[in-house]
Amino acid sequence: MPLLQIKGLTHWFGGLRAVHNFNLDLEEGELVGLIGPNGAGKTTIFNLVTGAYKPTKGEVWFNGENLVGLRPHQITAKGIARTFQTIRLWNELTVLDNVCIAHASRIKYGLVDSILRNQRYREEEEQIKERALELLAVFGLEKYAQEQAKNLPYGAQRQVEITRALATEPRVLLLDEPAAGMNPGEIGELMKLIQQIRQDFGLTIWIIEHQMRVIMNICERIKVIDFGETIAEGTPVEIQNNPRVIEAYLGEEAF
Amino acid sequence: MRKPYLPLVVLLLFVVIIGGSWLRIFNEYWQLVFLFMGINIILTVSLNLINGYMGEFSCGHAGFMAVGAYVTSILTVWLFAEDKVFGPPVLPAAWAIPLFPVALIIGAVAASLAGLLIAIPSFRTRGDYLAIITLAVNYIVKSAIENMEFIGGPRGFVGMKRVMNNMADVFNAPWLLIWTFIGMIITILIVHRFVSSTLGKGVEAIREDEIAAELMSVNTRRIKVIAFMLSCGLAGLAGGLFAHWPGGYINPGTFTILKSTEVMVMVYLGGMGSISGSIISAIGFTLLLEVLRPLGVFKWVVIPLLLVVMMLFRPTGILGNKELSDVFPRLRAIFGSEEESYALASD
Repeated sequence: MPLLQIKGLTHWFGGLRAVHNFNLDLEEGELVGLIGPNGAGKTTIFNLVTGAYKPTKGEVWFNGENLVGLRPHQITAKGIARTFQTIRLWNELTVLDNVCIAHASRIKYGLVDSILRNQRYREEEEQIKERALELLAVFGLEKYAQEQAKNLPYGAQRQVEITRALATEPRVLLLDEPAAGMNPGEIGELMKLIQQIRQDFGLTIWIIEHQMRVIMNICERIKVIDFGETIAEGTPVEIQNNPRVIEAYLGEEAF
Repeated sequence: MRKPYLPLVVLLLFVVIIGGSWLRIFNEYWQLVFLFMGINIILTVSLNLINGYMGEFSCGHAGFMAVGAYVTSILTVWLFAEDKVFGPPVLPAAWAIPLFPVALIIGAVAASLAGLLIAIPSFRTRGDYLAIITLAVNYIVKSAIENMEFIGGPRGFVGMKRVMNNMADVFNAPWLLIWTFIGMIITILIVHRFVSSTLGKGVEAIREDEIAAELMSVNTRRIKVIAFMLSCGLAGLAGGLFAHWPGGYINPGTFTILKSTEVMVMVYLGGMGSISGSIISAIGFTLLLEVLRPLGVFKWVVIPLLLVVMMLFRPTGILGNKELSDVFPRLRAIFGSEEESYALASD
């Protein structure tokens, strides 16, 4: 059984059909790409899967459980984490806090424990801090731990966002245009990073990206959508030669 | 790590203020100033949780203060004083001393439940719209009290003086000041510890980006309920203390939007998201009101002017979002510092 199974996902924004009958089986350990022209509905699909929007129709099965109707923090706690197209770090907070807060679903102490600062509170806080620093160290970001997130260079902010997503201990990681705004050197590093975390954390990754270099190099399977409809699916080579994809991207006259 | 001296400093302050008032070194006027300082600190620190840390704009803090004030004073008057409406005291006067804090807590709990009136709408609205809801709640509370004839309606509620006198007859001590001091310390402790826990930092994550917070596994609704109930409950505590001031009366007119504004001014003067800023500005503002007392009504011209000047030259408030120990690192010897332990861990 696939780890993440999306069946007939459909979403309307008022009279606009943003996503129509989207299906996907994501097997454990896969790295799948989702591409399509601007406004094709890619980010909407991520928003539907993570619970930010409630789908008009369709089901999202994860690990034998239908996620539709759950609140986003519950879905994240079950093991689906994401990054955002535009960086959405908590700017005024330190990098360490950014990563610590993402442990929220595993905090067992309550308000009273936090006020009394009892044993339980101190142990849990220590564990969270330790793990957050470990995670930051994986990406060599520990030097920024006490820095406000907004003061970091762009590339580092992107990495902190991925680190923060990993702090929720996901099984599936959704990356929404991670290479946006990066220069070719940074993109090379990003590709290495994605491969590395995939192995180290045993992740299943689903990625939206406009940089064909990233998609074609790291994805095993690609899905292409346009105007909310799936228009192609296959390996990178198949997609590159698919006439419908070329049409969607370059227009009909290109033929 | 050096041992922080903060508990000692607090104890010393307690001894000086309470002891000084007891021995009448501070006259009644100064005792009143200390009382208002303490109450203003509770109000400012608690509102800072919402307006500073969570970045919402609550302008109805006085409403929750009113709930606490009325619930607490009705309880104490009913239980410990001869009253026209409630009849003879239910319990002997000696019980007033241990049960006074219980009445305060009940008032605070009532206010925190009233806090749900803004916590629940905050799930769906925020910013300006939520601000209007808080304003409405302030008016609802005020009008509700005005229409309850059995507690005096618009004329106000009296009898608290007798409660305080009864307490002083049993054992003569500045009881109200003692409980205000303790309430103030507890408020600071609660808010500080909550916002510096990973759980409580969810409040700041909501301010910075609520959608990202929810998607990064923070249960934003739970955090909002905690923050609003905590903040409103502490406002209720301040109200309960205020109701027993030597003036001996409270009326709905005290808890209007004007009072809420005063608290907001103190929060913004001190700096949003800074507890030490709130404390400094509450003390400073209380003193300023007293210093400018000779000006009479004109102080309400001078104070807003000062605020305008302040906002022009230091829009983030006295301390911005920093704490005193961030600005003067040497103070860490007194306060101790959690940040220090992070720094050690990352080395």
